[in-house]
Amino acid sequence: MTELTMAKAINAGLRAALAADEKVLLMGEDIGTLGGVFRVTEGLKAEFGEGRVLDTPLAESGIVGTAIGLAMRGYRPVCEVQFDGFIYPGFDQITSQLAKLTYRHEGSQSFPVVIRVPYGGHIGAVEHHQESPEAYFAHTAGLRSISPATPHDAYWMIQDAIASNDPVMYFEPKSRYQRRGEVDLENRGAAMHESRVVREGTEVTLVGHGAMVAVLLQAADIAAEEGTSVEVIDLRSLSPIDYEPILASVQKTGRLVVAQEAPGNVSVGSEVAATIAERAFYSLEAPVLRVSGYDTPFPPAKLEGVYLPDADRVLEAVDRSLAY
Amino acid sequence: MSYTEATVQLLSPQGTLVENDLSAPYLPLIEKLDDAALKDFHRHMVVIRRFDIEAGNLQRQGQLALWIPSLGQEGAQVGSAFAARPQDHIFPAYREHVVGRIRGLDVMKIIEMLRGQSHGGWIPAETGNFHLYTLVIGSQSLHATGYAMGQKFEGADEATMVYFGDGATSQGDVSEALVFGASYQAPIVYFLQNNHWAISVPVDRQSRTPLYLRPSGFGIPGVQIDGNDVLAAYAVTTANLDAARSGQGPRFIEALTYRMGAHTSSDDPTKYREREEEQFWSERDPIARFETYLKSKGADDAFFSEVAAEAEDLAADIRARTFALEAPPASKVFANVYTDPHPGVDAEAAWQAAYEASFDGESA
Ligand SMILES: Cc1ncc(C[n+]2csc(CCOP(=O)(O)OP(=O)(O)O)c2C)c(N)n1
Ligand SMILES: [Mg+2]
Repeated sequence: MTELTMAKAINAGLRAALAADEKVLLMGEDIGTLGGVFRVTEGLKAEFGEGRVLDTPLAESGIVGTAIGLAMRGYRPVCEVQFDGFIYPGFDQITSQLAKLTYRHEGSQSFPVVIRVPYGGHIGAVEHHQESPEAYFAHTAGLRSISPATPHDAYWMIQDAIASNDPVMYFEPKSRYQRRGEVDLENRGAAMHESRVVREGTEVTLVGHGAMVAVLLQAADIAAEEGTSVEVIDLRSLSPIDYEPILASVQKTGRLVVAQEAPGNVSVGSEVAATIAERAFYSLEAPVLRVSGYDTPFPPAKLEGVYLPDADRVLEAVDRSLAY
Repeated sequence: MSYTEATVQLLSPQGTLVENDLSAPYLPLIEKLDDAALKDFHRHMVVIRRFDIEAGNLQRQGQLALWIPSLGQEGAQVGSAFAARPQDHIFPAYREHVVGRIRGLDVMKIIEMLRGQSHGGWIPAETGNFHLYTLVIGSQSLHATGYAMGQKFEGADEATMVYFGDGATSQGDVSEALVFGASYQAPIVYFLQNNHWAISVPVDRQSRTPLYLRPSGFGIPGVQIDGNDVLAAYAVTTANLDAARSGQGPRFIEALTYRMGAHTSSDDPTKYREREEEQFWSERDPIARFETYLKSKGADDAFFSEVAAEAEDLAADIRARTFALEAPPASKVFANVYTDPHPGVDAEAAWQAAYEASFDGESA
């Protein structure tokens, strides 16, 4: 067991992947000499050289598009998008190209490209720096999408993503970068696409991913003080979604609240809610409720507290669920 | 990449006028300027530098989410801004504070934006057609080009100028803007501030040739200037805006300058660049050389003290107004998402207001 911040855990995972396979390349803006604006790739250029850690020109479409070509040539590129809101210049290459090329090649060619995306709010930053764009990518067939909530998962899941023969969107909850946690460097724990119960309870099930998991755990603590037993599930994988632990939990609690920072409309939370309503209808004592960012642009930083769901907003939904 | 044989310079780093073949076509434009105009150049460069320092201080004191310094780039910005006519439209990136100020923007609006009170917050029609900042690198180059296409379609006596950085030149949007601008012969000046860095990435990662050469492949004339020479920035931009306005199609200016400070308040340049390079450029500072020039033309101490006082006044005013700012109301989250009513947003706004009201009187 080692204690690491999430940023350092991802760094360690990247280092392990670079060391294990010389075809692994890192690409992105400011990731080399600077080590990335969040220092996630710090030291890796010095260790592996500029042929493995590429400070690219400033062009997201260029980064992803050339990563596709490198993948065709047998490399396993890991691209960093500097901030969530800057992924869109690369959107065509990710959704129309990367996502579809295996299908078009009818399986004769794989595209093991990883796109790392620091995402989410709580950092008080200016426009385009606090968004949660994961639904666009979870919506796109051909891409796998995952998001760790802890340093341990961050360490293992980045390696899983790089080992995957499919394109993987790896969403890093940037508000958690500097949070420390135990990382077991020997035992990996859950597989890349498994969701996981992170706190057991009996009355209401809460599901979330990324930075939201910490908020759900906090809500569960407050609920416990008020005498309500809450179970918390960390989704971990947004596409595919592992429903078994959620179904098992809902069969026990009969109540489900799904929470996320992203806007609620046509979102990952919507998908979980719909699927549980379909598959666990007779177990439910209350409608599945969603707590999300509002269906507005991410507001100016001074208003992020209004926008982002906190433990109170989660508990309001818990109360509504229990009131049925 | 630094000055080349093609760099147009009118004022040397020593503060003397440069007379050579490159400067010859532009010097007459400088001769037409009276003393008051020249003094205005200086005033704006000095005042914005003081503003910049104050904003940096406010950021360090937790008053701003971020600060984006323009330190070192005042010459390129002030000269080009004064070249534009009132009817022209300006599309900035995010570092052109003084351009906004010259066009009539209350720079407090920039402070409010970077404090996290707004995402833009000014009305271009009321700020001398100075459009909003764009943080997504390069996007504004297309907006400006489309705007200029409209000016052309209407036969208006106007031009558009768009600012972007060396890093931005790698974005597809900027190349596409050049394609559209050339194709429609739009009255636009592409004003590139090559400050030599895109955060930690040096300009030679973006281009192996001097960037003023790039537009020629698109059919757009390009010129390289000493961007730390406010006179070159003024004269060359004037000539190019006039050409664009008079139907000669788009133009491209590469202003060689240097980002003397950090990229933003979140950045630490000691991690990626050498002191010697900073030293090289500090010896080519836009303000120092212009001060020497003005003195040689007879500007007296009274003038320079007056400018210094004006700079202090603005800094004090910005400081006081920043501390007086109040948090925007929660309703701002939902305002102006759409122009026409939208039932989804209206319902969420109502829910949020009721939710907030449910806490009233709860905590005391
Ligand atoms: C599409 C996009 N990608 C990445 C970023 C992050 N970013 C902000 S500024 C910057 C460098 C910009 O360099 P340049 O265009 O030279 O302008 P300068 O900041 O030097 O004025 C980067 C990479 C962004 N804002 N937008
Ligand atoms: Mg630059």
